[in-house]
Amino acid sequence: MAYKLIGSNFVPPDIRGKVTGSAKYAEDFRVDNMAYCRLLLSPIPHARVRSIDTSRAEAMPGVLGILTAEDVPAQPAPADPILTNEPMFIGQPILAVAAVDETTAHDAIDAIEIDYEPLPFCVDPLESLFPGGDDARTDGNVVDNRLTGPPSIRQMKWGAADFAAVNEGQLPTGEPAAEWSYGDIDAGFENAALVLDESFVTAGMSHHSMEPRSAMAYWQNGKCFVFGSTQSQSFVIPDLANYIGITPQELVYVAETCGGGFGSKGSAYPVMSIPAHMSKKIGQPVMMRISRAEEYYLGFARTGFQGRIRLGFAADGRITAADVYIVQENGATVGFPDWPSAGETVSILYQPPAMRWRGIAVQTNTPPRSAQRGPGHNQTVSAVEPLIDKAARALGIDRYEMRRINAPGREARFGENQAPVTSCYLQEAMAKGAAAFDWENKRALSGQRNGSKVTGVAVSQAFHPAGFAGFDGIVRLTPQGQLHVHTGIGNLGTYSHTGTSRIAAEVLNCDWENCVVERGDTRKNLPWNIGQFGSNTSFTMARTNYVAAMDALSKLKEIASIDLGGEPDDYDIGEHRVFAKADPARGLTYAEAAQRAIELGGKFDGHELPDDINPMTRESATALAGTGIIGVARDNLPITGQPAAFVAGFIQIELDIETGKFDIIDYLAVADCGTVIHPQGLATQIKGGGVMGFGMATLERHIYDPQNGLPGTVGLYQAKPASYLDVPETMRTDAVDEPDPQSPLGTKGIGEPVMGAGSAALICAISDALGGHYFNRVPITTDQIVNAAAGRDQSHGPLQVNTA
Amino acid sequence: MSKDMMAGFELFQPDTLQGAVDLLARYGDEAWALAGGNDSFDWFKDRVKRPSYVVDLTGLTELNGIREMADGGVEIGALTTLTEIENNSLIQGRYSILADAAGRVASPQIRNTGTIGGNLAQDARCWYYRYGVDCYRAGGDTCYADTPEGQNREHCLWGANRCVAVSPSDTAPAMVALDARMHIVGPDGEREVAAEDFFIGPDIDIERMTVLEPGEVLTAIRIPADWAGSTFYFEKVADRNTWDFALVSIAAAMVVEGGNISRIRMAAGAVECVPRRLSVVEQVVTGQPKNEATANLAGQSSVRGATPLNFNHFKIPLLQNLVTRAIRDA
Repeated sequence: MAYKLIGSNFVPPDIRGKVTGSAKYAEDFRVDNMAYCRLLLSPIPHARVRSIDTSRAEAMPGVLGILTAEDVPAQPAPADPILTNEPMFIGQPILAVAAVDETTAHDAIDAIEIDYEPLPFCVDPLESLFPGGDDARTDGNVVDNRLTGPPSIRQMKWGAADFAAVNEGQLPTGEPAAEWSYGDIDAGFENAALVLDESFVTAGMSHHSMEPRSAMAYWQNGKCFVFGSTQSQSFVIPDLANYIGITPQELVYVAETCGGGFGSKGSAYPVMSIPAHMSKKIGQPVMMRISRAEEYYLGFARTGFQGRIRLGFAADGRITAADVYIVQENGATVGFPDWPSAGETVSILYQPPAMRWRGIAVQTNTPPRSAQRGPGHNQTVSAVEPLIDKAARALGIDRYEMRRINAPGREARFGENQAPVTSCYLQEAMAKGAAAFDWENKRALSGQRNGSKVTGVAVSQAFHPAGFAGFDGIVRLTPQGQLHVHTGIGNLGTYSHTGTSRIAAEVLNCDWENCVVERGDTRKNLPWNIGQFGSNTSFTMARTNYVAAMDALSKLKEIASIDLGGEPDDYDIGEHRVFAKADPARGLTYAEAAQRAIELGGKFDGHELPDDINPMTRESATALAGTGIIGVARDNLPITGQPAAFVAGFIQIELDIETGKFDIIDYLAVADCGTVIHPQGLATQIKGGGVMGFGMATLERHIYDPQNGLPGTVGLYQAKPASYLDVPETMRTDAVDEPDPQSPLGTKGIGEPVMGAGSAALICAISDALGGHYFNRVPITTDQIVNAAAGRDQSHGPLQVNTA
Repeated sequence: MSKDMMAGFELFQPDTLQGAVDLLARYGDEAWALAGGNDSFDWFKDRVKRPSYVVDLTGLTELNGIREMADGGVEIGALTTLTEIENNSLIQGRYSILADAAGRVASPQIRNTGTIGGNLAQDARCWYYRYGVDCYRAGGDTCYADTPEGQNREHCLWGANRCVAVSPSDTAPAMVALDARMHIVGPDGEREVAAEDFFIGPDIDIERMTVLEPGEVLTAIRIPADWAGSTFYFEKVADRNTWDFALVSIAAAMVVEGGNISRIRMAAGAVECVPRRLSVVEQVVTGQPKNEATANLAGQSSVRGATPLNFNHFKIPLLQNLVTRAIRDA
């Protein structure tokens, strides 16, 4: 279906500020009398603070106050604390010092003496699971952080017998913390013509957000104002208010722009409440700038996997059974449930008729873990997609064909409950990509030698859930004739805050020039929305903006019928007017109707509100009452499946087997993201995700010294996200562009699987160039490629973690 | 641990070399000579090195620029930026190996501020040392990298002596291959040191990477005419194609006459605490035809005696391959 706005490019309202520098990030805000605070970070991986002597610091001129763990609300274990007296990783904040400037604050920190009692620490989950192994925390070593209830921590140890084959590189699979299965797995493996059983390691990685998680706060007129760096807006408020110790109504939160989050700023995080606490303590506004190194210490990381997967294949390539075990390196605090996503990803991408998933999240004294773009899903495709290639080679089946045989179709089933999905066009994405990439001819280049360079060609698939339901929307038509879309989604940088706002404009048939997107500040009166994470915005916010716009539309028609007679259904809209279908000349402009709404009051201008909206939405709509037609509604649209996004990736590389270096010659990815809402934004997502995936696959490093718990990658030059010169100059993008039937205009998210497709494709291509060598590891760094090409053993043990 | 918050210091900005040398002498151990700042500021920000007096050399115009010498060689002022060297037509024409090496340092932004003097004299990049631990190089009594579980992928194959850090400079191997001379001015006057002798390992002084004594300033690099316009090969292998230190680099200058290698100088970076002069390779290939067989012999001989640590044995095939390429592909 052709739309007026959906599917067209637009100039995002915040892009000018980003290009010119006038856009304000958290650390750009300034207020009178603003003090600065710095954090004292733990220098050891696990310790108990016996005593803190701040006397010298407090006596220093310019020092305004010191905030310790006793001054802030304790968080229930295993949640991240705001400040702590039991640091559990190097770089965890112990206290904060406020001063007239940052240098003074840090001079004061250097003058503080802390007596630490060192405690045992651990940077390898398997070490902690071994009998007698050290725990990362005094209250246990295994966290259940699945989002089914409050997170919990306990101690679990496996038996020595579980580790019998560990020296052969096989992942021990002792008692899991959780598991599910469906189908007859034993029969699936018994009937298989080929069974692969591989253990693997995927490294944790930092998020490298360009903007560190700085924050500024002050208190005024009984409210706390926080200027922070988050991907999300409304979703942040309840948790942040809780960290500060106030009600959500007492918090004004401003997050106009966000210099990247990649999952690490999806929700509120405890550290961002420190300026608010400090401000309350010293009675001045407080700015807390987080540095690049600090971002690496305390700014979260992707979880690492030590995994094992068994896959059974029939001779024709169809998967007969899958058995997945994930030991997740979860950091020292609550972490994130990547481990269940591994099972879900295998279940949806390969549709095994029988499957078991088991997992356990184990604590290590390493940076806190959070979601990172495709949390669990992207580790899984990076490790498993090359195994599909391995099976294809063993069975003599083309690698594209192998995936096509197993790919989910319209009747795709998802996860433990084999639930339906709202839509799936992965097969179409694969076919479209194969045609554009010319897979038939390109695959013939595989292994072709040119001097020391070998061509590798590969295809990949990736998946991520793509939406939620049940949140609220607010739109407003003003007597000035403008449509204001109030969106609480946040500004991750994808411009989907505006892309999805255009859905309301589409419904109300508004010219985009007459639309205003209200966002990024509590004072803009925003509805309750989920966070901007989980590839959900283009589905979830399409629904909220749709229902709010439909509410405004029905009010427009009702006002017209009141003033001009007849029934609401007798009216239609167009050119910013509501008019009688029978006599288009008879009608009201939107401006006139908005003025009439204010006169009519009641539900029309927001003085009466639906019962089922969230209190935050109610408060916002109430504040807007009397300013025009208020369209406000909760998304009660039906939803009967898991929204799902898919990507197919195609890649050609040249690998220099003498240096371990490679050039990406061609990369093409095709998205199944429903109706394309914003072509330019989609292309940027596919390319940007591809780049991040290439880094995940080969370049990024996350080093921990197991002897001292020291982090080895606390700068961009050490952690090595992909650079401009490591990626192809051009990348090709496309989309299936088939609407999702459970999204009002057919849109669904795509931000995460675009990364997994890039990562898996590159790993498969390197493997292809090396004749099908499976590395059992992500990333595959230069040294590993050199070793593999030279026929040498790798330096790291098969299941060793934090070495690359 | 890194702190990212510079402590205060007193800044001097002399406009004569003598003034700078006098200031450095006056404040001795408490002074620090600053050029492009890419190395210095990292140390300052992390408060690992905390000089009280910083002498900014960038106002010394006499240390800038690239000049032709009477003998046909070239003199490069120590403050000349890496970008200038990369783009200089004299360097490109006579010593393309140096233009190539300078052009592979870090990133364009860093090359725009980074000086050749700073690149050559930069400190070790061992991540433990940079982290601020009390290792031998930092005046302590242990090495964190050379242990059974030390994360030493980037560390040395040769010359371990309590410290296993490597020379991180991309231009240093090129300077050794070109037999460059380092011009040094200090409180006791001037001296000139061969590039090969300029860099020192932990066996000589574990707390320094060069012969520069406290108070001395590297003022210029003089490249003799001997190797002008000869056959060069430079290659740096790093994980990333920009803003990354070499895993291994190779620099070779050779004269090929009638298909035979008549003379050659070759040095490798990131395999030893100093740029490693590959004398054995030079002997093996001198007088030999420049062909694949010689190249392979060169590669094999280059790694003799290499002693890998736990995570860096990949450097053996990598160095072997780069030496082979230098002979084969130059």
